[in-house]
Amino acid sequence: MVNFAALIAALWIIPGVAIIVMLALRRPRLAEYLNLLTSITVFGLTLAILVAAPDKPLVTGARYILLTPLGAWVLFCVGLVYLLASIYAIGYMRLLPEEKPRLHKYYALQAGFALTMLIAPLMNNPGIFWIAIDFTTIVSAFLVGFEKEAECIEAAWKYLIVVSAGLALALLGIILFYWGGTFVLGPTYALTWANLREVAPKVPETLLFLAFLLTLVGFGTKVGLAPMHTWLPDAHSEGPAPVSAMLSGALLNIALLGIYRFLAIVDSGGYSVMGHTALLVLGVLSLFVAGLFIVRQDGAKRMLAYSSLEHMGVLAIGFGFGGAIAFAGAMYHMLNHSLNKSLMFFGAGNMMRAYGTKSMSKMRHVLRYYPVSGTVWLLGAVAITGAPPFGLFLSELTILRGGILSPNPWAVWVMAILLILIFTAFMNHFRRMIWGPEPEPDTAPTLKLSLWNTLPMWLALIPVLVLGLWWPTGLWGFFQQAFLVQP
Amino acid sequence: MLIFHLGPLATSLFSLLAILALVLSFVMLASHWLKNHVYAFAAESWTIAAISASIGYYGHYPELYVIAALTALFRGTFLPYLVIRLVNRLDIQREFTPLLKPSSSMILGAALVIFSYEVSRQLGIALHLTDNIAVLALTCMFSLKLIGFLMMILRSEAISHILGLLVIENGIFLGSQILVPGMPALLELVIIFDLLTIVMAFGMLVRFLQTHAGTTSSRGLQKLVG
Repeated sequence: MVNFAALIAALWIIPGVAIIVMLALRRPRLAEYLNLLTSITVFGLTLAILVAAPDKPLVTGARYILLTPLGAWVLFCVGLVYLLASIYAIGYMRLLPEEKPRLHKYYALQAGFALTMLIAPLMNNPGIFWIAIDFTTIVSAFLVGFEKEAECIEAAWKYLIVVSAGLALALLGIILFYWGGTFVLGPTYALTWANLREVAPKVPETLLFLAFLLTLVGFGTKVGLAPMHTWLPDAHSEGPAPVSAMLSGALLNIALLGIYRFLAIVDSGGYSVMGHTALLVLGVLSLFVAGLFIVRQDGAKRMLAYSSLEHMGVLAIGFGFGGAIAFAGAMYHMLNHSLNKSLMFFGAGNMMRAYGTKSMSKMRHVLRYYPVSGTVWLLGAVAITGAPPFGLFLSELTILRGGILSPNPWAVWVMAILLILIFTAFMNHFRRMIWGPEPEPDTAPTLKLSLWNTLPMWLALIPVLVLGLWWPTGLWGFFQQAFLVQP
Repeated sequence: MLIFHLGPLATSLFSLLAILALVLSFVMLASHWLKNHVYAFAAESWTIAAISASIGYYGHYPELYVIAALTALFRGTFLPYLVIRLVNRLDIQREFTPLLKPSSSMILGAALVIFSYEVSRQLGIALHLTDNIAVLALTCMFSLKLIGFLMMILRSEAISHILGLLVIENGIFLGSQILVPGMPALLELVIIFDLLTIVMAFGMLVRFLQTHAGTTSSRGLQKLVG
């Protein structure tokens, strides 16, 4: 029997201590290696928790901690993206010499951001889950605005205001859920996911559904589902590239986990179709909005941000279809997207530094100047649009397969068409970046990328390729188990 | 449950206080002087503290006295102090760019209250609580929420956005005190501190906005589109 309480405690204490040390010593070089060391440890711990994850949900830590298979999976994605982003951050932040005196603050914030994300998926109390999500917003807003340029601060401000207002709706939803429970369990009871699911069948439909819609819109704002996505392209494109990867690859999954847990409450109340359809419609809408904006995008990281919106739409559709197949596809997609989107943001960060611009129309002949890392980036772009033989192809196909059997088969067709549109648009942008007109002779990039800049791209690409060619049987069983138990 | 066995005196007291909080949000809606907003917000927070304390008294929840004291201290005193300090530092005395005149915003606010009442009434029918104080609590909760959003939409000054958000949070707090007074007190404590952190974060970002972006009005923030 693994002592999960000890593992989880280590998972929280190690980044906490690291933050204090970084802030106390104020040494930039030390902070970057300490952050790397922390991320390696955290990755190891999340992997250990995932491997040993219990089949049944486990409540521990004075009933405040809940470890479920889905929660362990989301936690693993956090650990993975944090590790990749920490390797990349060393290379990327060294390209910004003007930030050097403040680097220890950057790494402390990055570790703090990771810490808040390691806390949220393990909370057994929806209220405390909400607070943890709120803290992820506060910490990451400062990371988005870290470079202190006008655009960065504008993005950070918008992010904080829009998401806080959205989360306020979610809090209202949680209170209504609790209120519904007081009619059954009496005025005071423990606010836990399990209790809310237990009382759901006895709560009137109107109240249950209103509460669910409020939490869906609230946490949907945090996931970036359209039409509450307005903060997402700004925050993801203006923050430093490693932060963009963490926002996109790790944070969005956690908010989606919250939505799925509230969906499970509605399910056990017997209004499964309504709840799933609501999530599905938001997913389709996100895919649609993302498709339109990707077609006409010029900013490299903005395009990737809209791609995050697209993939959150795919995940929302996957969870919205319901059923074991679509659910397994969505879980697989979570991991694939975390890996692949990190790769894409790292590549975009490299190119932005190399060409000194955010605009894709000014990045020309990428492969001529960066044959290796440019190729990895291009392969990542092929993968992120869901083309074979990469992992995202398998997971998106599985979601589509699961959707045919769901109560909403129409969404399968809409999703397929929009994915093809996005594929075309993405490839068109990359075509222009690889060939396109000859650049001005003196604008050729001279930056030499270090191993820190390219290694994490390989570390992300290889698993995405492997996961596309081989879906481990053990993982399939794990997804089925995750589907059957409390999320 | 508390809402089922309240005496007439307690019911009228709660109704009075809840309506008072609602009226104070209209004061905020009608004025364009930022300091007036902050004072109205402070008064609203004290009203909510009074609701907490009286629920603690009538419903025998001693921990609510602590919540009431903390609400008065943090929401009613410390947060307004922080915001006033921010107003003074930024030297912005009033909202110059409202979309609508005060009279029109008040009519919109009234429409939102009617909408909230209708939603609450429907919920009340579904829960067999038609003549209960719960309907009033829900109405106030939803109204404050919508009025907060309205304030954020109609105004472009960063401080008005913070205040709009605080009104939303006040609405939730007001409703939760009456509807679920037995909710674990720990949660409410943490939410108070969470609010404090978020207002401080806002304060820092607003000052960054002024120094690095040169404006604190959302109309000046037009760089990121598409």
